[in-house]
Amino acid sequence: MSAVDISNLGKVFNPGAPNQVDALVGVDLSIASGEFVSLIGPSGCGKSTLLRLIANLLEPTAGSISVNGKTPKQARLDQDYGMAFQQSGLFEWRTVAKNIELPLELKGWDKNKRRERAMEMLELVKLADFAEHYPWQLSGGMQQRVAIARALAVHPPLLLMDEPFGALDEMTREHMQGELLSICRRTGTTVVFVTHSIPEAVYLSNRVVVMSPRPGRITKIVDVNIEGERTDATRDNAAFFGGITAVREALRGVEMSDHVRGIEDR
Amino acid sequence: MKRLRRVALFLGSLLLVALAWELYKLVGPETGGKVFGWNLLPRSNDQAMPHVWEMLSRYADPEMRGSDRQIWRVVLAGAWFSFRLAFVGFFVGTLLGMSLAVLMARFKVAERGILPYLVVSQTVPLIALAPLVVSWGGKIEVFGWSWPRWLSASVLGAFLAFFPVAVGALRGLQSPSAASVELMNSYAASWTQTLFKLRLPASVPFLVPALKLAASASVIGVVVAEISTGLKGGIGRLIIEYAREATSDPAKVFTAVFGAALLGLAMSGFVTLADTFMMRNRPKEATA
Repeated sequence: MSAVDISNLGKVFNPGAPNQVDALVGVDLSIASGEFVSLIGPSGCGKSTLLRLIANLLEPTAGSISVNGKTPKQARLDQDYGMAFQQSGLFEWRTVAKNIELPLELKGWDKNKRRERAMEMLELVKLADFAEHYPWQLSGGMQQRVAIARALAVHPPLLLMDEPFGALDEMTREHMQGELLSICRRTGTTVVFVTHSIPEAVYLSNRVVVMSPRPGRITKIVDVNIEGERTDATRDNAAFFGGITAVREALRGVEMSDHVRGIEDR
Repeated sequence: MKRLRRVALFLGSLLLVALAWELYKLVGPETGGKVFGWNLLPRSNDQAMPHVWEMLSRYADPEMRGSDRQIWRVVLAGAWFSFRLAFVGFFVGTLLGMSLAVLMARFKVAERGILPYLVVSQTVPLIALAPLVVSWGGKIEVFGWSWPRWLSASVLGAFLAFFPVAVGALRGLQSPSAASVELMNSYAASWTQTLFKLRLPASVPFLVPALKLAASASVIGVVVAEISTGLKGGIGRLIIEYAREATSDPAKVFTAVFGAALLGLAMSGFVTLADTFMMRNRPKEATA
């Protein structure tokens, strides 16, 4: 069964109004269970909108989505996915462990089970010593790791990420990419990953979905064929460079919006 | 060590004010003075500006001839009486303000409908409102419980206190970023869950300054209400009584004025304590 099935999906903002925006038109995409798929494209191409439609934070105006074989709404109610944003969005009044426990609290888990799961997740993101720290006491990369741990706390089969490493410096960013891949290997989580960075998309993904703006649509899907486990050595690999070239060429055909702040930049 | 320094600074600044007062008495014109033809300089005679030691020594004197109650006892008792009224007003006002803020945060219609009236309510002069509240209160009697006179003063304190709380809390409840709200939605959290897990904790930094305003507002409300409704026993009444004796005993009224200042200090000290407790685990930049 595929993790996400999207067919002929469309989203129009402010339909009928003078400021009507065709955010997405005719999007077809099927994501297999355990797959890592990146969405890449210039501002205004609707990649974040697509992610929010999958997450049921927005309602489509055309077409259909199924997540884990359910409607997106049911999937959201069942917490079938976890979500991480560019801003870690940790609550500053909660300790690291308490932040990870938040989705479990909302689900009504009892205290001991929550604490146990939080510790397991902290183990996973290698922050076990920081359970009682507050978010503002951690570095940006550490905060983002906590956000990932929080997104994975309910053990969702699907992880939706909106430029989660966008605010990190290059070194931390590459390190976090490696960490994310190793977490996904261990948990078997399917990932939909929105990014602006071509190397990031290629390094992480099985497939890179290239999108273009006005109206937002998919122009090309690039398969990344890197053999074996991805490590730091992968970054010097010919297949890695091949992937980058392929994505770059696909993007070159895309008309760049003149850095107009798109809908997804909210 | 830091705390010790703050206390020393506070006492030092008090001393400076006292020195400035005495200095002006020394050099200022006895009967007031003109600057470029305007009457600007206050009179510095003992009638208008009693000596600092005069005011302080009055605390040890009996309140009235033939009475054995010293003034400091009377002022302290008055301040304590008003403090309790102000505290009730502060508490009721905070509760009311919070409830209104939650209501306005929940329903956009409520915000548009209520907020203008809140602003208007604060332009009603307290002195006009005080007798009304007393007369309404006097008619209330439920199951043998009748409205005590002091409650009217507390209600007027609450009337001033609820406004900053309602406005501050509303801003705080609306402060979470779109991403935080989206996160809660992605967890399929209900509105109530979002209120308690996100909006209320996020509103605390906005609430702290609002509560400080509410604390001093409730004191002002109670003191003014005491004066305009003639309620006995509080510091407001003492100020009026002692002010009447100002011609014969100018230092006396200052004892009551300092009592009112002490009352305000106690109130804001209480809020500062609450603030330190609520913000104990927050990033330190936010409290600066």
